[in-house]
Formats: sequence, C-alpha cells, structure tokens
Amino acid sequence: MPLTGKIAGLILIIISVLAVFSSVLSPYDPERIDLDSIKEPPGIKHPFGTDNKGRDIFSRVLYGGKISVSIAVIAAFISMSLGLLIGLCSGYFGGKIDTAIMAVVDLILAFPSLLLAIGVSIIFPPGIYTVMIAIAFVGWASFARLIRGYVLTLKEASYIEAAKAIGCSKLRILFVHLMPQCLPIGLVMAGIKLGGYVLTEASLSFLGLGAQPPTATWGSMVSLNRAYIASEPWMVLFPGIAIAVASLCFNVLGDALRDKYGLKI
Amino acid sequence: MLGVTLLTFSLTKALPGDPVQSLVGERAQPEVIEKIRKELGADKDVLSQYAGYVKLLLKGELGRSYYTNRKVFDDILVKFPNTMKLAFAAMIIAVPIGILLGFIAAYKKNTPVDRIISALSITGLSLPVFWSGLLIMLLLSLKLRFFPPSGTGDIRFLVMPAITLSLPAIASLARITRTSVIEVADMPFINTARAKGLSIFKINATHIFRNVLIPLVTVIGLDIASYLNGAVLTETIFGWDGIGRFTMDGIIKRDYPVIMGCIIVGTVVFVLINLLVDILYHYLDPRVRLYASDR
Repeated sequence: MPLTGKIAGLILIIISVLAVFSSVLSPYDPERIDLDSIKEPPGIKHPFGTDNKGRDIFSRVLYGGKISVSIAVIAAFISMSLGLLIGLCSGYFGGKIDTAIMAVVDLILAFPSLLLAIGVSIIFPPGIYTVMIAIAFVGWASFARLIRGYVLTLKEASYIEAAKAIGCSKLRILFVHLMPQCLPIGLVMAGIKLGGYVLTEASLSFLGLGAQPPTATWGSMVSLNRAYIASEPWMVLFPGIAIAVASLCFNVLGDALRDKYGLKI
Repeated sequence: MLGVTLLTFSLTKALPGDPVQSLVGERAQPEVIEKIRKELGADKDVLSQYAGYVKLLLKGELGRSYYTNRKVFDDILVKFPNTMKLAFAAMIIAVPIGILLGFIAAYKKNTPVDRIISALSITGLSLPVFWSGLLIMLLLSLKLRFFPPSGTGDIRFLVMPAITLSLPAIASLARITRTSVIEVADMPFINTARAKGLSIFKINATHIFRNVLIPLVTVIGLDIASYLNGAVLTETIFGWDGIGRFTMDGIIKRDYPVIMGCIIVGTVVFVLINLLVDILYHYLDPRVRLYASDR
C-alpha cells in the first residue's frame, strides 16, 4: 500500500479513537449552554472557539464525529451486506430473478443519489437511523451490481462445477463457495464508498434531515452556524474541516485499496 | 420512466403525517377537511391515486403545491432554467479546467506536478459543497466584496455558486482524464504516430484526445447528477432561485407534491441527458452501435 494510504489509515484510526473516547477527551459537555462565553474565538480555553450559545466547538466536533463517522460506517456495512446478498442471488440464479433485481438496481441508479436519499429520509422522522436507512437504500444498488458481475464470472469456474458434481445444495454453493470469494470485493467497494457516505451524511444533516438539535453532527453544525460565517467564521470552519478530513482519508484509503486489489470501479 | 414515477409515488405515500391536516391547521371543521380531501383526491384508494397521478404526469402536470395551491409544474418551469443556467455555468468552468489538469497530470506522470494535481483532485471530491460554498462566499463576497453574497439575477450572482458546483466536477474530470490519457498513450497506434514523425501537439490533439473523449463524455453526463445533487445544497446557501432551493423549501414545509415534482423532474432530466450521451457515443466512436442487432 502506498504511503498516502497508510497515512490516511492512521488518521482514520486517530479519528475513530477520538470519536470513541469523545466523552473522556472532550473538555466540555457538548450540549451545555454557557452564556458567559458566547462566540469566543479559538484560544487556550476553547481550542476551536465557542458557538452562539457558548458551547465548546471542539467538544461538539468530537461528539459529532462519533455520530457522523459511525452513521457512514454502519450505512456502508448495511449497503454492503444487502448488496452482497442481492448481488449473489441475482448473479447465481439468473433468469427472471436476475432481470427483476437488475431492473430495480437500474432504477435506483437512475436517480441522482442525494435526491433519492432526500426522498427516502422525509418518510421517517429526522434522526440518525433515518440517515442510515436513506444512505443504505441508495447505496446497496452499486454493490449488488458489482457483486453480480463478479458472480457471473465465478459461476463458470471449475470449482463451482465440482461442488455441483458432488451434490452441494444451491444454498451451500451460494454461501460457502461463492460468498467468501465476493466478500473482499465488497469490502474494498465499501472502503471506496465510505468517503462519499460521510459527505451524504453531512449533506442530509445540513438539510435538517439528520440528528436533531441539540445533538451535534458535523453537517448540522455547519448548517446552524452558517449565519455567523462573516463575523465568527470558526463556528463553520472547524466542523467543515472535520468532514473534509474524514472524507478525504476514506477516499485516499479507498483508492489505495482499489489499486492494491486491481479493481476497476 | 414509469419506474421513477412509481418509486417516487410510493415514497410520498409512505410519508408520515396528514398533509390535509397540516394544511388547514389544528382547529379546522371536519367538513372542511373532508372537502379538501375530496379536492385533493386523498379519499380514493392508493391504486386509483397512482393512476390519477400518472395521468396528470402524462398531461405534463405534477399536482398542486399544498401551500400555494399553484401548479408545481408551472413553478418548476420558472425555476428550472435557473438551475440549468447554474449547471451550465459550472460545466463551462469544470470541463476545460478538469481536462487540462488531467492532461498535465498524465504527461507529468509520477512527478511532483502529477502528485499535486492528484492530491488536489481527491481533495476536491472530499469537500462538502455546502461548506466550500460558504468559504467561497466568505472569501469572495464578505471579505473581498467582489460579488453579492446571495440572490438570483445576473452573472454576478452566478459566479460563486457555479465555482462551488464545479469543484467536485473538476476533480472527477481531472482524475478520469489522467487515467484515460495514460491508458491511450501506451497503445501501439500512438507509437506508430510518433514513429511517423507527427508532432507531439498533433498526436495529442487528434489521436489521444479523440480516444479520451468517450470516457470523458460519460463522466460529463454523470456529472449532471452531481450538479443536481449539489444544486440542492448550493442553491440553498446562495439563495439561487432554482429547483434545488425549491426542493429545500418543500422539505421544510413537508410540501410533498413539490418535493416529488422536483425529484421526478431532476431524475427525468438526468436520464434524458444520459440517453443523449449514449446517442452521442455513436458519433464519437463508430465502433459503438446504437442497436444490439448491429453487433
């Protein structure tokens, strides 16, 4: 793996550690309103400054990171599992099942992704689960298509034929022989997609469809504080940097993984 | 196309809350509610509602907004040109810069220049547009006072949202150009061209560029989706009166016909443009046939 990929991985580990231990590491309660220290610029007391309600932005970015990154990771996991399962079935069974599944996949991929995610997330009351569902609803399709294509090439392999010859059931071939082959590709694809999912999560939060105030997510912090961009830019600057860094690291790592496994996506 | 309407229709049917209730308020008379329900057709069963919806669509209508009672389609007709203007402006910025950066990166392969361009392009793909838009606004409008911060109007209002929207597109174009140019430049016919003594410029302009065009056109077509996605966010930030902001207003007010209409129109445009791209292939690359039977 190239150096950049390793660095990105390292930063991601740091981000995850910060997110997991946010309750220990953050100097202040992220939701405590402190009217004595409103709109303080970054300094020793508040490394990232405070917002219009005197809340410590550093603490909020840490807590928000926990939510934002875990939503992206869980959504990627759901998308991958669904896509893997559906792609396997579609590729292996072929025929009408395949046609039907691929029609649904094409339908979902025909939408501009954020528009469809918005459409899905307005069904449910805003919150972190809604965002996960919306991302996964849009996300599984590309996994399914990739896995299906791979299964189509695997299906003809001689070891599958051998498995059939000794009388393996269809289910056994699917889950014991084919799935382990597809899993690495699914994981690499998940790595590639994660950067985009971080952005989608942030966008949905920005639109007010994610976790509701006073809970902090990176996207909602940018959204709520954007009125102060001219006078107190740090309120918007730091959450945005957090989104960009997380997404960038996932993208770099995803690229490195793709190059390593020679995938063309 | 029918699938698109079916999916959006089922999405809106699954929406919580009673739009009629939120329309008339808490204290309305039951008779009034019933009357409005009849007007909106909400008293019929789901299937006939869907049939009615498709019938309306075929007539070029998307229903009426629950709030303004104006036809959604008419509002979209007014706002859509603004979004198109924005997308077009973003494209004008993105296409030449993206392609140029990609070519430079490919020719300086594995040098610092290439690495800088690659780093920039992956950063461009990772920036949230609503945040980079705010930074651009802070810099160009609030600090340097080049442009008005928000609003709809002439080109002065257009520059900042267009730059914002073009950033991810530049990044993806630069990446795809780089990989394609490197791929094509390794092919034997480029060696032949070089051996014939053609100038580097001529090789680039005719042999390489033509072969790179196909993946590029695909990406430019697919970028329309990113413009439409990004439009929801950038138009909200810059107060640009297009369908992106219309969607956002719809979300806030839970005005389902508006949201539904915007999603349908956005998707239909996206599908049509990609159909156009497929047709364009045929002219760019005679090897691609439009009909499977030609193969």
